[in-house]
Amino acid sequence: MTRPAGAVGAFGRSPAPDPVDSLIEARGVVRSFGETPALRGASVSVTAGEILAVMGPSGSGKSTLLHCLAGILTPDSGEIRFDGRRIDTMGEAERSALRRDHFGFVFQFGQLVPELTAEENVALPLLLAGARRAAALGQARPWFATLGLDGLEQRRSGELSGGQAQRVALARGLVASPRVLFADEPTGSLDSLAGEQVMNLLTAAVRDQGTTVVLVTHEPRVAAYADREVIVRDGTVNTLAARAMS
Amino acid sequence: MSVPLTLLGLLEREPSHGYELKHDYDAYFGRDKPLPFGQVYSTLGRLARDGKVIAGEAEPGAGPDRKRYVITEAGATEFETWLAEPVTPEPHLQTVLFAKVVLALMLGRGAEQYLDTQRAAHLQRMRELTGLKRNGALVDALLADHGLFHLEADLRWIDMTAARLDALAREVGGPAPEAPGGSR
Repeated sequence: MTRPAGAVGAFGRSPAPDPVDSLIEARGVVRSFGETPALRGASVSVTAGEILAVMGPSGSGKSTLLHCLAGILTPDSGEIRFDGRRIDTMGEAERSALRRDHFGFVFQFGQLVPELTAEENVALPLLLAGARRAAALGQARPWFATLGLDGLEQRRSGELSGGQAQRVALARGLVASPRVLFADEPTGSLDSLAGEQVMNLLTAAVRDQGTTVVLVTHEPRVAAYADREVIVRDGTVNTLAARAMS
Repeated sequence: MSVPLTLLGLLEREPSHGYELKHDYDAYFGRDKPLPFGQVYSTLGRLARDGKVIAGEAEPGAGPDRKRYVITEAGATEFETWLAEPVTPEPHLQTVLFAKVVLALMLGRGAEQYLDTQRAAHLQRMRELTGLKRNGALVDALLADHGLFHLEADLRWIDMTAARLDALAREVGGPAPEAPGGSR
């Protein structure tokens, strides 16, 4: 029996990301570390205000993709645009200013500065951007109530639990009202309950601010907080999953 | 979900009318499938026949049934026994997911796209349950967590299977293994 053309191929390659309403747009991004390719032509589009989960197996290239989208790494080839501006061709100083002015970051291990108090850690992006100390601390303080950290302002990172430290890191990532928050396994070092608390607070805060989020995670329960997900596999992005649901 | 035993459990808490039992059952145990009134009263009738509950006299007032039901000693014993028994862990050795993957590979078709689609469907359901957790009461969170952990287990299986597809295709492409416990 002859099968109609296309019956088996119902799952074609997903169409190229639509650049019209994208805040971040990556096309054909290639990045290697020495001889080892990490990204082999990754394309992804992030819409303003959405929470996008980037999933994939270990070593698939998802963290490298995040670092390229955030202007931390430059691709070997391909294009990355933020708000219409090419960032893959920017110099280090310009990318650094872009990260400082528009992006916030949360990593798996809070990476708080151990010598600083929790309050100073949260204020750090503002201080680095040139804000006066009193103003920066004043802007940092309300985050302690928002994230359930009241009374911990003067603690140093060694005096905080894992969940508390991660919430301080989240406050630091959001204190400057970034347009995009890049979160790389933000609950990876936490137990289920503490991770859930961080994700609840993260999503509430970014919805409130209208912040776009690129969330790298291998945990489905964390990805379930996102609006949609893409899967990175062997250095390319599979958007089939997201398209299949729409 | 055993409706008779659940109703016995609710009656162990306090004597109740049929409509109160239905309300509490639906609130806690019947989110996806509310209990029809007819089933409530037929179940209570069987429990009364078997001596597990006693129906009081009809009380004056509006409503289809104003009888108050009380659990008996026999009913309480049955409920306590059930409550203490572990649920048989289901091995899920022959799931639809498994069958689809094996059949796809057996027929020489790619199973990866199916797994991707299934992963998306699972994640969509997890998003719905996460929404229920965030907007509901603690009981909702408890219910949603149970679903989320099971879906997560499926997703782990999907990821593991996706990583082994080439080897699986070689295996199911060959002769079938002998069925356990017998010959054809």
